[in-house]
Amino acid sequence: MSAPKLTVADYPLAENRPELVKGKRGKGLDEITLDAVLVGQITLEDLSITKGALHQQAEIARDAGRSTLAQNFERAADLVDVPQETIMRIYELLRPGRASSKDDLLAAALDLEKTYGAIAMAAFVTEAAEVYERRGLFRRRY
Amino acid sequence: MTDKDTARANRWKRFSEWDERPLRLDKFAVEDADNGFAAFTSRHDPAPSLALSSNAVASMDGIAAPDFDMIDWFIARYHIDLEIAPEAMGLPPLDVARMLVDMNVPRQELVRLARGMTPARLAEIVAHLSSLEIAFAYSKMRARKTPGNQAHVTNAKDDPLQMAADAATAVAFGFDEIETTMRVARNSWSNAVACAVGSAVGRWGTLFQCSSEEAEELKIGMAGFTSYAETVSVYGTEKSFIDGDDTPWSKAFLASAYASRGIKMRCTSGAGSELLMGHHEKKSLLYLEARCLCLQRAMGVQGTQNGGIDGAPVTCTVPGGMRELMAENLIAVWLDLECASGNDARPTESEIRVGAKILPFLIAGSDLICSGFGSILKYDNSFNASLLNGEELEDYLVLQRDFEADGGLTPVEELRILDLRSRAVDALSAVLEELGLGEPTPDMKQSVVMASGSDDTRSYAPRDVTLISEAINARGITIVDVIKALDARGFRAEAENLLKLVRLRVSGDYLQTSALVRNGRVLSAINDPNDYLGPGTGYRLSEARRDEIVAIRDCLTRDDVLRAEAIHKPSEAKRISYRTMGPAHSGSDAGEVVIGLSPAFGNTLFRTVAGHPLSAVLRELVSGIAHGGAKARIVRMHHTADTSFLGLSAARLAGSGVGIGIQAKGTAVIHQKDRLPHNNLELFSNSPITRLEHYHRMGANAAAYARGDLPEPIVVPTRGEALGARYHARVSLIYAIETGMTVDDGAPEEVEITFLEVAR
Repeated sequence: MSAPKLTVADYPLAENRPELVKGKRGKGLDEITLDAVLVGQITLEDLSITKGALHQQAEIARDAGRSTLAQNFERAADLVDVPQETIMRIYELLRPGRASSKDDLLAAALDLEKTYGAIAMAAFVTEAAEVYERRGLFRRRY
Repeated sequence: MTDKDTARANRWKRFSEWDERPLRLDKFAVEDADNGFAAFTSRHDPAPSLALSSNAVASMDGIAAPDFDMIDWFIARYHIDLEIAPEAMGLPPLDVARMLVDMNVPRQELVRLARGMTPARLAEIVAHLSSLEIAFAYSKMRARKTPGNQAHVTNAKDDPLQMAADAATAVAFGFDEIETTMRVARNSWSNAVACAVGSAVGRWGTLFQCSSEEAEELKIGMAGFTSYAETVSVYGTEKSFIDGDDTPWSKAFLASAYASRGIKMRCTSGAGSELLMGHHEKKSLLYLEARCLCLQRAMGVQGTQNGGIDGAPVTCTVPGGMRELMAENLIAVWLDLECASGNDARPTESEIRVGAKILPFLIAGSDLICSGFGSILKYDNSFNASLLNGEELEDYLVLQRDFEADGGLTPVEELRILDLRSRAVDALSAVLEELGLGEPTPDMKQSVVMASGSDDTRSYAPRDVTLISEAINARGITIVDVIKALDARGFRAEAENLLKLVRLRVSGDYLQTSALVRNGRVLSAINDPNDYLGPGTGYRLSEARRDEIVAIRDCLTRDDVLRAEAIHKPSEAKRISYRTMGPAHSGSDAGEVVIGLSPAFGNTLFRTVAGHPLSAVLRELVSGIAHGGAKARIVRMHHTADTSFLGLSAARLAGSGVGIGIQAKGTAVIHQKDRLPHNNLELFSNSPITRLEHYHRMGANAAAYARGDLPEPIVVPTRGEALGARYHARVSLIYAIETGMTVDDGAPEEVEITFLEVAR
């Protein structure tokens, strides 16, 4: 985190800073070739975005004056290691009337923070819990 | 007791005719803000206001923070920039409206100010602009410089073979994104594989989405088949949001979830959704939409699909509805969001309203002009018909050419399309076979390649597709399996193309605002920012791009015209001979009518525009003159090709003082020697609809004038055809051939004609 922040001049990273671009298992863009896919050296995991890439894109977005987009990328970075089922479970819980009380959401926030280190997203879910309570969103809908 | 006919007799018949026009299938609504039918203003809209306390919003648009609903709360928390707000809200709204259309005020400055403005203020400002000003401001404010477009690719049978062929076709026409959806929800996986493979044929870089249920869509994205999502809807009232089964937090969570999987994403919102959902709170469409758009910026999504969308048809029922759709798009780009600017759900049956709706966006440009353009036929569109569809795609290509405007599409030659469709069907068939999902027969494949729509195919039916789709899902097949299958069957280029698309995820470059892929490069608002500052700046058509746009099919050249004429030379030579007899003399026989031929008549050009052989036309003129009791003398003019002067020159050579002038294209005139050139006796200007019988009667009338009679003038009936549109390109080329053969002061020559056989 001590490296200088990326700017719009570094964008697109794949062209201007290819040395920074690595897949989840450390594979660089030049290693992601069709032949490597065919022999099984490259899997779907190598074709996924990383936390680091999302933080890099957040820096670029912020430099471009898009702070809310940057915050979204930072929350997304928090979700990179969260399994699909957990993501869908928390998404479902955030929908109106799914959580029966504030506690359900706070528990999910705690899970995000403790299990996945998802601090930004945990704060976001906590905030939702507060507003949902105030707006009466814990009422069952079906 | 009045029957229908009697009733009709009581009204101006034109109203009955208007009743029959497609326009009258559209239903219009009276402006009624209390019931949600108001485009720009409602007395229930709040006055724009903002009060800040230390480090927070104390009240916004007339609502105190403790009373905020969840939309207000989210906007106040994440959209309002507390540092900019005092300055931005302090500016007179009309001044800001003028800044929007001032080419000297940079986009960046306006984008900065928008971060400090409330929804009501943004709506108030754009309401000051006329439709023209909104279009101009949109052109200046949109985020990415280069315009783009998005297609729908769906079909009524969910047939994957057709999906692949149509995806490849859409890619060839230049769409930057393609979006599919299903008739049967369970067919999503099949659609995804088919469109992914089809869109990899020909070139790489077209982004693809499969609109389905939220969890399913994310899962399909994680398997690598799709590269973006846009059906994350938001609404402008809390009750609509809740009925939509979401909240700003659940949608923002979903937005982050997509980014966490390296998938590009935009939200969807549009005027009329709250009205359709019954929770409009008596607010104007624009104000509610301004809330939606501030919310989207607050959520941190890079862009929006906006401009009515499914609410466009209801929005277009109210006064100013189309202007409102443009205004909300302007707010979207002003808030620095990528804008896929609607122009999708067909809001009218009137083709005139369709053309009017698209034009501002075509000439202003947009990140994605349509979201989406129905690249397939209307009945195959599983989203419902779009503003523009497969039927009208060529009209759109011509509009691009007419206005020299880049609408994101490029004409494609027929043979190329056929090659791509075959290749796509073969590639998908190979994948289905290789993965044990199906074995399409040659007949299925051939029917799809040639088909305009699913009515023409003998291929998979929805139930067959469900089996394929569920197998893909159950077996956990991913894009990597598809890439391998393509390569195994020799579709290496397509395998490479698909891999390049998935590889975009690793860097995440295409998650930034307004990103698409052009010529293998990610282009976004960051490396291709809209830098409009007046003429000579912003997006301009390059010479190469202009060459692409103007190259529509079947354009006429002079050589085409000459070649077409030359085909008729031999047959005309069998029907008539022209013999030049030396300089023409002035006649003294009061019973003669002179026919003045144009320079190219019968020697270079051989048919009228209506397609009559010139020999037949002459035969009718001569026999008509004889029928009228006079006799014809033929003279070739060299000094002019103009109908009036041909006629007048002929008249002055005629003993009767009456002549006929005729051009090779069939335009003719009856003239009299004492009249002014353009003040003739009778003119036959509509040569494309002039029949042989008219030429006969023309001859007879000329004979009557020669006798000093006043015959009934001949009227060539027209049904209002756009004859200029149909014929003027050819006519101008033909006429240029005639004028090119004139000689200054060239003397008229006597011509003896002999009819050799019966011309037909």
